[in-house]
Amino acid sequence: MLKISNLHASVEDKTILRGLDLTVNAGEVHAIMGPNGSGKSTLAQVLAGRETFQVTAGEVLYQGLDLLPLAPEIRAREGIFLAFQYPVEIPGVSNVYLLKAALNAVRQHRGLAELDAMEFLALIKQKMALMEMNDDLLFRAVNEGFSGGEKKRNEILQMAILEPKLAILDETDSGLDIDALQVVSKGINALRSPDRAMILVTHYQRLLDYVVPDFVHVLSQGKIVRTGGKELALELEERGYGWLEETAPTAAHAEARS
Amino acid sequence: MSATQLDELIGNEYQHGFVSDVAADSVPRGLSEDTIRLISAHKNEPAFMLEWRLKAFRHWLTMSEPTWSTARYPAIDYQNIIYYSAPKSMKDRPQSLADVDPELLRTYEKLGVPLKESEMLAGVAVDAVFDSVSVGTTFKAKLGELGIIFGSFSDAVREHPDLVQQYLGSVVPYTDNFFAALNAAVFSDGSFCYIPPGVRCPMELSTYFRINAKDTGQFERTLIIADAGAYVSYLEGCTAPMRDENQLHAAVVELIALDHARIKYSTVQNWYPGDQDGKGGIYNFVTKRGDCRGIRSHISWTQVETGSAITWKYPSCILRGDDSIGEFHSVALTNNYQQADTGSKMIHIGRNTRSTIISKGISAGHGQNAYRGLVKILKSAEGARNYSQCDSLLLGDQCGAHTFPYIEVKNPSARVEHEASTSRIGEDQLFYCQQRGISVEDAVSMIVNGFCKEVFKELPMEFAVEAQKLMSVSLEGTVG
Repeated sequence: MLKISNLHASVEDKTILRGLDLTVNAGEVHAIMGPNGSGKSTLAQVLAGRETFQVTAGEVLYQGLDLLPLAPEIRAREGIFLAFQYPVEIPGVSNVYLLKAALNAVRQHRGLAELDAMEFLALIKQKMALMEMNDDLLFRAVNEGFSGGEKKRNEILQMAILEPKLAILDETDSGLDIDALQVVSKGINALRSPDRAMILVTHYQRLLDYVVPDFVHVLSQGKIVRTGGKELALELEERGYGWLEETAPTAAHAEARS
Repeated sequence: MSATQLDELIGNEYQHGFVSDVAADSVPRGLSEDTIRLISAHKNEPAFMLEWRLKAFRHWLTMSEPTWSTARYPAIDYQNIIYYSAPKSMKDRPQSLADVDPELLRTYEKLGVPLKESEMLAGVAVDAVFDSVSVGTTFKAKLGELGIIFGSFSDAVREHPDLVQQYLGSVVPYTDNFFAALNAAVFSDGSFCYIPPGVRCPMELSTYFRINAKDTGQFERTLIIADAGAYVSYLEGCTAPMRDENQLHAAVVELIALDHARIKYSTVQNWYPGDQDGKGGIYNFVTKRGDCRGIRSHISWTQVETGSAITWKYPSCILRGDDSIGEFHSVALTNNYQQADTGSKMIHIGRNTRSTIISKGISAGHGQNAYRGLVKILKSAEGARNYSQCDSLLLGDQCGAHTFPYIEVKNPSARVEHEASTSRIGEDQLFYCQQRGISVEDAVSMIVNGFCKEVFKELPMEFAVEAQKLMSVSLEGTVG
């Protein structure tokens, strides 16, 4: 579904991604971990098409499409969803209005008819229940005055409604208490399916207790330095990223030799 | 959003820029006592009107054009303007809408304002003003049954001279300011409305102003009187053809609310704003003032200003009656090289008077948007309260927003609050919407409409929808 090759990206002349390779197949859940500044969020933003980041080299194929030239809204309509680390507030625009506009844009792109008000409401109620959200959040301005937990739930609610093919969750677990983490995880797990892939960007392994990944990648200095199963996350938790910092040069060395 | 995308997106077209081919009957270019006599004669006015006009003109000669606003424009040559232009077919005034020149009716139809009663929006009566004259008023008879007088100012001067004489200039005297004096001297037509005591006007009243003739100024005057306990909701809409020359529009609106009366006045102003390089467009210098003359009277102004090259306008309320309420809700949008200097004045005289000012300024392109407001609490206004909120939204980095709030409080029991904010449509907000599949154009229009929501909800339903569409058209993808 997604094939990233030799991806280099920078922001304001500062290089962040330095030759990242990653392949994600449908049905898989990949966790991307790594210390602050390793490029995790940059990867998420580049895949979603944010213009602040310049891609200087490399290629990204998404369902056979050359992804990088596509505008962010086209990527979204093609099924890429980014759950934001810091969801943005939009004063005066109700949450339900944004959701409806988004769903209709995506459905139109997929050749489906717009949902009428009743169908939309039924869909939204069902997903709200899944995310244990109060109805009043629908009519409040997008993310305005939402608590940290409400914002993150709202992101997953949007994901549940838009039904993406590739979901990228950028530190969805940060700032959540245990109860909220469980609800958010339940929402994410409900969306796991054989034809959907997910990339979880996270600092901590605790999310991975609830959403068990098929692969764990460790990002350091803009490239993936280690890949393993879910036990890699546990090992990291125990030994810290410092352990990798020590071993990383060896890996890089090995790569250089091969 | 890159700069090039931004530039492409800003370039939107004015929708009402066509010219109607109507033979016109104008007075010669220029302004003198003779011009005024000619206008008055054209309109068969009683002597008191001519006298008032001449007094205003003589006063105007002693005044100079105000320079305190932020608007910058080349000097206006007042001798190079045609002060009166009427479609020829109006010379023998049509007795009913059926007699109106079909070309005129087509003009209004094109503008989305059908004047045939059968096709009208249900519940809206329209007075259509074309250049200097009213071309027709719908539902006149139906309103007449309730004792409501609604129609052209010219008719009112002839048919209800006592009412006109009693109230004309009682809120905005001809000495008020340069443009009000000019208007008083040369005003051609406009709407007049009187709601008798205790009557709730059953439909929206509306005037649709259209400037058509070249080099012509439009100087209309509107006078609305809500007698004790009456209620009326009134809407004004305006458009003009696209022309390279600037055209002057200097209107005066006077509202009078007696005891317990309520007047709701809404404006959707869409005069031609000039082209992308700032060429052409209407100079809109307008004096609008409401007098809450009676106890517990209530006047609210709602305006959506998207047109004009220059807007100079401060709809105000004089809160004379005890417990009276004044409100001002405004959205002003400036794009390309448009300049808006607009705001409100709330003069508290009566006890426990209350006022609210909500102003939303949106600047895009090279647009300059200034809020200028005065809240004045006189010594007599025991317990007066005001709340003002001025928010500015910037799109792009070539535009400007300015706020000039003046507050004068002479009574220690008064409570005055002022809040102001300036924000920019954030790249992060746009990206968030785009990431959800929404196009940049739709995202901008959604964010701007969200910003204006508090004001739009004050508009009558049919016009709130229009206003939203107008914002989208005026902005068509203006992003920063």
